[in-house]
Amino acid sequence: MSTVARRTRLRRLERPALLGVLVREMINFSSYWRSTTFSATVEPTIYLLAFGFGFGSLVSTVGGYDYVEFVGTGTVATAVLFSSAFPAMFGTFIKYQFQRTYDAILAAPVDTEELATAEALWIASRAGVYGCVPLLVAIVFGLDVAAGMLLVPVFGFLAGFGWASFGIFVSATASSIENFNYIISAVLTPLFLVAGTFFPLDSLPEWAQVLAQFNPLFHLVQLVRHAAFGFEGASDLGHVAVIVAFGLLMWRLAIWRLQRRLVD
Amino acid sequence: MPGAHAIVLRGAVKRYGDIVAVDHLDLEVPEGTCVGLLGPNGAGKSTTMKLLTAQAIADEGEITVLGYTLPGDSKQARAESGVVPQLDNLDTTLTVEQNLIVFAYLYRLGRRERRAAVDRALEIASLGDRRTTRVDKLSGGMRRRLLIARALVHRPRLVLLDEPTVGLDPQVRQELWALIDLLRSEGTSILMSTHYIEEAERLADSVTIMSHGQAVATGPPRDLISEHAGDEAVEVYGSPAKLAEAEAAARAAGLATRRTGTSVAVLRLNGDAPEGERRATNLEDVFVLLTGEEIS
Repeated sequence: MSTVARRTRLRRLERPALLGVLVREMINFSSYWRSTTFSATVEPTIYLLAFGFGFGSLVSTVGGYDYVEFVGTGTVATAVLFSSAFPAMFGTFIKYQFQRTYDAILAAPVDTEELATAEALWIASRAGVYGCVPLLVAIVFGLDVAAGMLLVPVFGFLAGFGWASFGIFVSATASSIENFNYIISAVLTPLFLVAGTFFPLDSLPEWAQVLAQFNPLFHLVQLVRHAAFGFEGASDLGHVAVIVAFGLLMWRLAIWRLQRRLVD
Repeated sequence: MPGAHAIVLRGAVKRYGDIVAVDHLDLEVPEGTCVGLLGPNGAGKSTTMKLLTAQAIADEGEITVLGYTLPGDSKQARAESGVVPQLDNLDTTLTVEQNLIVFAYLYRLGRRERRAAVDRALEIASLGDRRTTRVDKLSGGMRRRLLIARALVHRPRLVLLDEPTVGLDPQVRQELWALIDLLRSEGTSILMSTHYIEEAERLADSVTIMSHGQAVATGPPRDLISEHAGDEAVEVYGSPAKLAEAEAAARAAGLATRRTGTSVAVLRLNGDAPEGERRATNLEDVFVLLTGEEIS
């Protein structure tokens, strides 16, 4: 009977479902890319200039690097965080709560797992690209170009996937958009400051240095610096492993919470 | 036999904490027919719709959609169904055409089919000249038509319409009825929830009236009317005291009554009808008789 063949069960994480969600994001992006690109590039550039030249006039070198180069490589992580965690938090909330976009998508042959995965992949891709902006600005201000820099978009993508998933997880857990303030103040701000972006962590007390090992942003900062100034073999593989583990954990948490939020 | 019914619910139960939104609901949509799901707000219509796309998972009972068992095989069922939601969830900063293209992808149409599918959907919705208009520039009626067209882009065998004309002008409503009627004439199975009685009466081959999560009556509108309200009604007008008197007298004589606000309608006439204006019974009489006069 022909109906039997038709009845093969559709699998999980199917490409057409991921593609459908990605196409929606891409077409939408074509209508707002200017403002997003503006903030994703201008913000880290301001950080870079303010810290680079403000502090740079007080401290000329940090850990053997020119301070502008130190901050220029460090703010890549800032750019990745800002262009992944925040859009994921606010975008997800708006899409399920106000625009009801996810109701429409889940009525099509797309499961929550595919929806969350595609959204995280999309934001991660953007974060990988936007993460390169501070590096380019730093190059303009004298940072030497290195072959390892070609891997920076990849690192930005991997970390961006974790932070995007984190944002989806937070968004699907929060009962109102105001609750994001707790996460931004208590989680993102400390992680962002204690990542070795603006000052090296070896001047911090030992306990803070130990805690920093659990900060995925710290590992991204290290990777980007090593991409610019020379890789350090096994320790860099360790940094990649932490970022990948963070991504996998957040990805599953995001799916779990979003499923609970969207399916009664 | 699979295929004889587009939708079958058997004893479906959906609870939210202590609230039973759907309470042992039985419902069938024979293939190629339009079934209206009628009920007051809070009767469980929208929850029933969500069960059919597995956006809510039933606590008990069996649900099959297009022969697929839910929730396990819901993805296949969704691939062959179209859903028109109650709340407009179009992408408002995109154009009409872009909204349709997105759904051509979500419904997995091949590269070669997409263009034709979008053109066809534009034609169904009579939005051909609005192809490149942004959705936030469309009128309410056009947005609704686009919402319906979006659900039809992949030629679904089943369409779920959740309150398709809520909040629209009568002219726009009629336009959408014509569209739904066209779908039905093409053999698409339709389940439509509504609390506009006229909508169900005009479009549905069969109507299920829901109250408190249960189906309280099912059948073709005409049959339901003659079964529950009789063929003719008498409307008695007058002071509140007179209305109460007419109501008591009719009930004593074994007749059914319903208040219409300004009058008492006496139903199920059997010869000894009171004085008043005669009129044909309608589905609204049945609706109020079965779901109660009080708003819960």
